[in-house]
Amino acid sequence: MKRFLPLAILVLAALLVASTLLPPRYRSEYDLATFSRLPTLVNGRIKPLDTVARTSLLVLQGRQRVTAADGRTVTPSEWLLDMLYKPDVADSYPTFEIVHPDVLSLLNLTPEDGVAKKRFTYVQISKNLAELARQSRLAEEVEQPVRSAFQRAVLQLRDSVILYQRLQGSIVAPGVPNFLEQLNQFDAVVAAGVAAARARQAGQPSDAAAAKTLLELTDSFATMEQVGYLLPIPPVTGKADSRGWHNAGAALQASVQAGRLNPAITTYVGLGLAWRGYQPATFNSLVQQYRASLDREIPGIMTKCDVEARFNSSEPFYNAMMIYVLAFLLAVFSWLVWPQELGRIAFGLVVIAFLLSTAGIGVRMWLEGRPPVTNLYSSALFVGWVAVALCIVLERLYRNAIGSVTAGLVGFSTLLIAHHLALGGDTLEMMRAVLDSNFWLATHVVTVTVGYAATFLAGFLALIYVVRGVFTRSLDKDTADALTRMVYGIVCFATLFSFVGTVLGGIWADQSWGRFWGWDPKENGALIIVLWNALILHARWGGLVRQRGLMNLAIMGNIVTAWSWFGVNMLGVGLHSYGFMDAAFWWLIAFVASQVAFILVGTLPLARWRSFSATR
Amino acid sequence: MLNTLKDLRDLVVSLKLTVVLLVFSIILVLVATLDQVNLGVWAVQEKYFKTFVVFWKVGNVSVAVFPGGYTIGGLLLLNLLGAHIYRFKWEWRKLGIWFAHAGLILLLIGELLTGLMQDEYHMRLDQGQTKNYSESYRNIELAITDTTDPKFDEVVAIPEKPLLRLETIQHPKLPFRVAVKAYFPNSLLGMRAPAMGAENPVAVTQGAGTQIVATQRPLTYKENERNLPSAYVELIGPEGSLGTWLVSVALEDPQTFTAGGRTWKMALRFARHYKPFSLTLLKFSHDRYAGTDIPKNFSSRIRLTTPDGKDDREVLIYMNNPLRYAGLTFYQAGFENNDTTTVLQVVRNPSWLIPYIACGVITFGLLLQFGIHLVGFVSKRRGAA
Repeated sequence: MKRFLPLAILVLAALLVASTLLPPRYRSEYDLATFSRLPTLVNGRIKPLDTVARTSLLVLQGRQRVTAADGRTVTPSEWLLDMLYKPDVADSYPTFEIVHPDVLSLLNLTPEDGVAKKRFTYVQISKNLAELARQSRLAEEVEQPVRSAFQRAVLQLRDSVILYQRLQGSIVAPGVPNFLEQLNQFDAVVAAGVAAARARQAGQPSDAAAAKTLLELTDSFATMEQVGYLLPIPPVTGKADSRGWHNAGAALQASVQAGRLNPAITTYVGLGLAWRGYQPATFNSLVQQYRASLDREIPGIMTKCDVEARFNSSEPFYNAMMIYVLAFLLAVFSWLVWPQELGRIAFGLVVIAFLLSTAGIGVRMWLEGRPPVTNLYSSALFVGWVAVALCIVLERLYRNAIGSVTAGLVGFSTLLIAHHLALGGDTLEMMRAVLDSNFWLATHVVTVTVGYAATFLAGFLALIYVVRGVFTRSLDKDTADALTRMVYGIVCFATLFSFVGTVLGGIWADQSWGRFWGWDPKENGALIIVLWNALILHARWGGLVRQRGLMNLAIMGNIVTAWSWFGVNMLGVGLHSYGFMDAAFWWLIAFVASQVAFILVGTLPLARWRSFSATR
Repeated sequence: MLNTLKDLRDLVVSLKLTVVLLVFSIILVLVATLDQVNLGVWAVQEKYFKTFVVFWKVGNVSVAVFPGGYTIGGLLLLNLLGAHIYRFKWEWRKLGIWFAHAGLILLLIGELLTGLMQDEYHMRLDQGQTKNYSESYRNIELAITDTTDPKFDEVVAIPEKPLLRLETIQHPKLPFRVAVKAYFPNSLLGMRAPAMGAENPVAVTQGAGTQIVATQRPLTYKENERNLPSAYVELIGPEGSLGTWLVSVALEDPQTFTAGGRTWKMALRFARHYKPFSLTLLKFSHDRYAGTDIPKNFSSRIRLTTPDGKDDREVLIYMNNPLRYAGLTFYQAGFENNDTTTVLQVVRNPSWLIPYIACGVITFGLLLQFGIHLVGFVSKRRGAA
C-alpha cells in the first residue's frame, strides 16, 4: 500500500494538470470561445481578443476576473464585449484599481466608495477627469526618476483611463448615437450621402440631411482611427504580414472610398447588434461564419490564436506555482516523517511542475518565435526553470529531499515574481530595434540568466543549511557535507555561466555599440555577480572560509543577484533600463533585509546552532 | 631585509590579496553604478575607473577615499602575474585554472589598451550629404581656416587645452596671435540687450558677438544633453588688435574676416577627425512595428567612396550590423530631423580583438577546470555507490 500511495497521488496530480489543458467551458449561450479567439493586432503583435481582454484587465485592476455590482462574475471576453458594445454597462464595472489615498481624494473618492476598498468604476472616476488630466500634465514635467509616488500613481491612472477609452472606441465611435444601426445601413447611407454631395456640387437640389449624416459619420471614423486601440481588421488580401491590419476607423474610411462596408466590420457590427439585442443564435452564427472565413484566409494566424487562448485559460505558470508550494511543504515534512514516501511524492510533484512550466515556456517561445528570455517577465520564468532543473539533478544525485525543497522554494518565488511582473500588460512584447537579434538573445541573454539562476540556487541551498543547522537538529555531518558540495558545485557552475554570459554581452555590445565594455548599470550588475562568485571560490581555495563562511557568502550572493536583476533597473539610467518598476523596490529592500538577517543568524557561534551543539 | 622581501612576495602572490582586491572592485563598481544617477556614465568612468585614486568632495576639499580602477586593476594584474609565475605548477589538474587566469590577464591588458587607445566620434549625415570627417563627442577645437584659395582650405585647429588656460597662441601659419580672453566649458546663447543686463563679459567688437551674448552654464552630465562651450578671442596682428570675437559651438556658421591680405573663417566646433574616404547618406529608414511606435529597425544606406576611386560601393548599416572599414567601425547610433538625418557612431579601437581572444581562453579554461571537477565528482560517487 505504502508503495503505491505516492504513485497514485502523482497520477492524480498529473491528471489534474492535464485537465487544465481541456478547452475552457463557458457558461453562456453565446459562443464566447470562438469570439475570444478572433485575431487582432495590438502593440505590433497579432493575438486573440482573449489576450487583449485579460492583459487589459491586468493593467487596469491587477486581476483578470471582473465582479459586477450585482455580484455576478464577468469573464474577460464578456467584459470585452461589454466594453466594445455596451460601454454604459462596462462603465459600471469596478475595473480601476486605485490605492494611493491622494489620488483618491483628487477624484473625490474614499476607499469605502470602492469594491474591496480599491476597485472603482469608470462612472466614479469620470466626474473628475479634468483634474486628473491637469495633475498628469504637472507630473509629466518632472523627470521620471525623481517623480513622487503620487505623481507616478497619477500618471498610471491617466494611462489606464486612456487605455480604457481607446479600447471602448475600437468598434463603436464614442458619443455617436445609433452608430451600429447606421453602419448596418452603411451602403445606403454612403450612397445617399455621396449622391447628395455630387448633386450639390453640380448645383442641383440635394438632400442636405443625407450629406450631413455622411459627413458626421466620416468625421467619427477619423476620430476612431486616431483612438482605436484594437486593429482587428485583417488585410483584404489575406496576407500574413502584420502591416496590412487596420483599426475599425481606418477600415471604415477605406470602406467609404470603396462604397462598400469591409466584411470584417460587417461581422463586428452584426456581433454588436446581436450582443446588445440578446440574440445568441445570431451572434453564434455570425462569429462562426467569420471564423470559417478567417480559417480559409489566414490559417497560420488562427492556429496561433487558438493555442494562445488555450494557453491563457490553462494558466500553466499559476498551476505550476501551486504545485511547487505543495512540493516544498511535502519535502520539508519528509525530513520529519516518512522520508521515503513523502520525498518521492515531493520529487514527483517538482517534476510535474517543471514539465508544466517547460511546456509553458515552450509555447511562449513558439508564439513569439524567440529564445526563452526577451524581457524581465520571461527572465523570471527562465531563472526559475533553470534553478529547478539543477535541483532535479541534485535530487537525483543525493536523494535527501534538499533538491525538492529548494526546487519548491525557488520555483514558487520566481513564478510569484513573474506573476507580479505580468501586471504591466502583455508579456509577449515586440523587441525594440537594438534587442532584435535572436542570436544574441539565445546566447548572451540565456547564458547570463542561467548564471543568475545558479547564483540564486547556491544562495537558497545555503539558506537551507543555515535554517536546518541553527533551528533544528536535523543537519548531521553527512547532510552538511552534501550541502557544502552542492553549494560549491553550483557556485562553480554559476561562475562559468555568469562569466561567459557577461562576456557574450560585451561582444554583443562591441557588435552593436562599438565598445566591449561601457560601464552601463546592467553590465556592472552582471560583472559584480561574476566578481562575487570568483570571490567565493578564491576565499574557499585560500582557506579563508569553511563551511559556514561558504554558506554565508552564498547567501550574500542572493543579494548581489537580486540587485543586478532588479535593482539596476530601478536606477532608471543606462541602456538596459527597460523595465522600471516601483512597488517592486520595497520588495527588493525586504528581500535584502531578510537575507542579511539569515547571514547574521549564520554567523552565530556554533554553540548556538542546535544541530552542532547536540553533536558535541 | 630578505624576510621583508619574502613577506612581500608572499603577499603579492596570496589568495588573500585576490579576495581583498575582489571585494574592493565590487565596492568600486557598485558605488560607481549608483553614482551614475548623478554624474552620467562618462564622468563616472573618469572619476572611478580611469584613475588611481577616487576623490570625493567634502565641502570644497577633495579627499582621497578609495583606490581607483587603475590601482585595483593594476594590483589584480600584479597578483595574477605573480601567482602565475610563482605558484602555478604544470599539472594536468591545474591546466584549466592556468588558462582561465592567463585569459584574465589578457582581458585586463586589453581593457587597459582600449582605455588608452580607443577613440569615439560621431558622424551626422543628412539625406544626400557627403562627409569625409567625423566629430568628437566632447573635445572641441578652435578652427581658423584660410579660404583665400578657392581650390583648397588650409585649417589651423587649436585644441581645448590652451583655450581653457586662456593662453595666447602663436602659430607659424597665422599672421596674427590668438589671445583667449574667456572660456566657458558650457554656455547658453541669447540676444544681446545691455539695457536688460544681457551683456558679454568681454567687450566684443567683431562678428556675431556684437548681437549675441554667451552666458556661462554649469557642466551637464545628462545623457541627452551636451556641453556647448563658448570662448572670447582677440586676434592681434603685427599692427595691433584686429578685434575681439565671440566664438561658440552653438553658432552654426563660421565667422569670416580678413587679415594680412587673406580671407579667414573662424569657428569653435567639435574636434574633427578627417578620413581618407567619404560617406554619403543615400537613405535612412526607421521601421516601426505595425500599429505602434515601437522601433523595429533603423538602417542607413550609405555610399562609400575613396578619392582614388578604388572603393565606390553601397553599404547598409543597421542595428547590430556595423560597417568596419579602414580600422574604423561605423555603428547606427541615432537619427534626427524626422528620420532624414542619421547619426553614426565612429569608433577606432585597434585592440578590439583582444577581448574576444581573452574570453575564448578564459571560457576554455573554466570549462576544462570545472569539467575535470565534475568528472572526478561523478566517478567518485559512482565508486561510492
